[in-house]
Amino acid sequence: MDIMHILEIVIPTAILTATPLIFTALGGVFSERSGVVNIGLEGLMIIGAFIAAIMTTIFEGWGLGGASPWLAILVAAIASAVFSLLHALASITFRAEQVVSGVAINFLALGLSVFLVKLMFNGKGQTPYIKHRIDKTNIPFLHDIPVIGPLFFSHVTYTSYIAIIIAFIVWYIIYKTPFGLRLRSVGEHPAAADTLGINVSRMRYIGVMLSGAFAGIGGAVYLVTISSNFSGTTISGQGYLALAAMIFGKWNPIGAMGAALFFGLAQSLSITGEQVPLLKDIPDVYLLIAPYVLTILALTGFVGRADAPKASGIPYIKGKR
Amino acid sequence: MFKKKYAALVAVMLVVGMLLSACGSKDSGNSGNKDGKDDNFTVAMVTDTGGVDDKSFNQSAWEGLKAFGKKNDMKVGKDVKYLQSTSQADYAPNLNQLIHQNYDLVYGIGYLMESDVKKAAEQNPDAQLAIVDSVVTDDNKKPMKNVASITFKEQQGSFLVGVVAGMTTKSKKIGFIGGIKSELIKKFESGFKAGVKTVNPDAKIFVQYAGDFNAPDKGQAIAATMYGKGADIIYHSAGATGNGVFTEAKTRKKNGENVWVIGVDRDQYEQGLPEDVTLTSMVKRVDNAVTEVSKETQQGKFPGGKVLEFGLKDNGVGITTNKDHMEHVSADELKKVEEYKNKIINGEIKAPKTDKEYDAYLSSLK
Repeated sequence: MDIMHILEIVIPTAILTATPLIFTALGGVFSERSGVVNIGLEGLMIIGAFIAAIMTTIFEGWGLGGASPWLAILVAAIASAVFSLLHALASITFRAEQVVSGVAINFLALGLSVFLVKLMFNGKGQTPYIKHRIDKTNIPFLHDIPVIGPLFFSHVTYTSYIAIIIAFIVWYIIYKTPFGLRLRSVGEHPAAADTLGINVSRMRYIGVMLSGAFAGIGGAVYLVTISSNFSGTTISGQGYLALAAMIFGKWNPIGAMGAALFFGLAQSLSITGEQVPLLKDIPDVYLLIAPYVLTILALTGFVGRADAPKASGIPYIKGKR
Repeated sequence: MFKKKYAALVAVMLVVGMLLSACGSKDSGNSGNKDGKDDNFTVAMVTDTGGVDDKSFNQSAWEGLKAFGKKNDMKVGKDVKYLQSTSQADYAPNLNQLIHQNYDLVYGIGYLMESDVKKAAEQNPDAQLAIVDSVVTDDNKKPMKNVASITFKEQQGSFLVGVVAGMTTKSKKIGFIGGIKSELIKKFESGFKAGVKTVNPDAKIFVQYAGDFNAPDKGQAIAATMYGKGADIIYHSAGATGNGVFTEAKTRKKNGENVWVIGVDRDQYEQGLPEDVTLTSMVKRVDNAVTEVSKETQQGKFPGGKVLEFGLKDNGVGITTNKDHMEHVSADELKKVEEYKNKIINGEIKAPKTDKEYDAYLSSLK
C-alpha cells in the first residue's frame, strides 16, 4: 500500500468518525458561550440517537424510504432540545449546580431511553436495525478531481459536509451577529449585559436548547451513519469526547470542529495503522491507546491556556454584585 | 428558598433517573420466590451487559432456558427466569439474589462473569452454578466442584465458515475482525484462518482486533480498511462492534461492490438485510448446551467440577442450517463443508485454537 492509498482510507474514516462529535461540540459551544456548563451532552446525544432509531423506523413504515433518516434527524434535534429544557430549568431558573444537573441529564437519558425501548419492543433491550441509513457515497463531479477527489469526496456521507459547513455558520453567528454578541455577553459578564437590557435568562435558555438540538443531531447522525440500531451502549462516551473537543477548540466553533476532526484522525490512524506495512510491527496496544495519548499531549502541550467564558458555570442572580 | 427548591429538583431528577435505569435491569418483573416444593426444579440465569436480546449468546442462552422450561411445564418468569446486568457491578448482586431465592441451578452467561461466579461459588458451597464460555477454577487452578463450566469448540465452527470463505473469495483476500484479544476470540481466529488456508492456500488473511466489543465506529473503520485493501469477505467475532462491519458492507454493496460478512454466534442473516450481505454464519448453540446441562441437573446429575466442551459432534457449534439463508453458498461448497465437518468429527482434522496450533497446522498443510 502506498501513501496515497493509505490516506484514501484514513481521511474519509476520520471525517466519518468526527461528524457526530462536530455537531455535539457545536452544541456545547452554544451552551457554554451563554454561561451554562453542559456535561449533559452525552445524555442529549443518547436521546438523539434513541429518537432517530424510533423515528426512522416509523417513517420507513409510512413509506418515506430514503428520506426517513433525514427527517428522523430533524425530529431528534427537536426532541433533544425539549429534553435539554430540564437542564435549562434546573440550572438557569432554579440556579442549580450545573455539573450536577448535567450528570442528572445523563442518567435520566440513559434510563429513560432503555426503559422506553423495552416498553415499545416487548422487553427487548435494543431497537431493530433501520433499513435506510445515510450511506457513504461519492460526491458527484468533485470525486473525479485528482488527489483531492479520492481523499475528501469519496466514501463520505453528506452529513459530514453539513457538519463542517454548519461549523462555519455557527462561527459567523457567534462572532458576527447581534445575537452572537448577546450570547457571548451573557456568558462573559451577565450583569453588564443585563444593564444593557439583554434578557439573560432568555439568552441562556436559547443557548442550552441549541446545545440540546445540536447534541441530538450528533447522536442521530451517529445512529443513521454508523450503528444503525439503538441500545444502552450505542452512545458510550462520545458526548464527553465532544465536550473535550469543545475545550480543546477553546470554545470556538471552528476550533471545536478542528479538534473533533483531530480526534477522528487519531482514531482512524490507530485503526488503519495495523494494516500499514510501516506501522504493522508496533504492538497493537500502542496503536489502540494512541488516540488518547495524542489527545493528552495535544491538550497539555500544544494548545496553551484554554480560557472558558468567564461566567460559565455561575448562575446569574439579578441585582447581586 | 431557591436553594431548597433546586436541591429538591436535582434530587428528584437523580432519583427518577436511577429508578428508570433500575427498571431496565429487572424487567422480568417477578421477584419469583420458589414455591416451597423441593421436587420442583427451578433454573435461572444472569446475563452479562449485552442483555437478554443481544442477538448473541445471552439471547441464545435464554432461548434455551425458555425451551427447556416449556418442555417441563415450568413457569417462565418464575421457575425459569433471568436477571439482566446493566454493568459489571451487577453480576455479583444478581447471582446472589438468584442463589438466595433457592434456584436449583444458576447460570452466569459470558466469560466476563468468571470472577463473580467464583466468588458466589465460594460463598455458597451448596449452590449449583454454571458458567458459559469460561472455566471457573479455585485457587489451586482446579475446576470448582459446584460450578459446571460450559465451553465451546468455536474453532471447529469457525473452520467451517473459513472453508466457505476460502472457496467464495474472488480477490483471495479475507478479513477477520475480533473484539478483544483473548484466548476465547483467538479460537475463532485460528480456526477460521485454518479453514481458509485448507481450501485456498494462497489466500491472504488480514486480522485485526478492535479492542472493544461495543464500538461500532471502530468496527466500521476496520472494515473500511480491509475492504479498501481488497478483501471481499470479513468474518467478525466482535459483538456490537460487528454492527459497524455490517454497516460498512451494506454501504459498499449498495455502491456496487461485491462484499460479504460472515456472522457469528447466531444466524445473522437478518442483520445483513436489505442489501443481503451475510454470506453465512458460524452459530454457537448456547441454547443446546444450556438445555443439556439443565436436563442433566434436573435428573440429579449436575456436572459440577467438569469442563464441558460442546463441539461439532454435540451440535454445540456449527454453520447456519437455515436453507433460505444459504442461497449464497453453492451446493459445491456445502458438500465441501459437509466433508470437512465429518473430518473434524472423526478426528482426521484438528482445528487449531491458538496461534501456536495454527502455525503447526499450517506447516502440516505443506
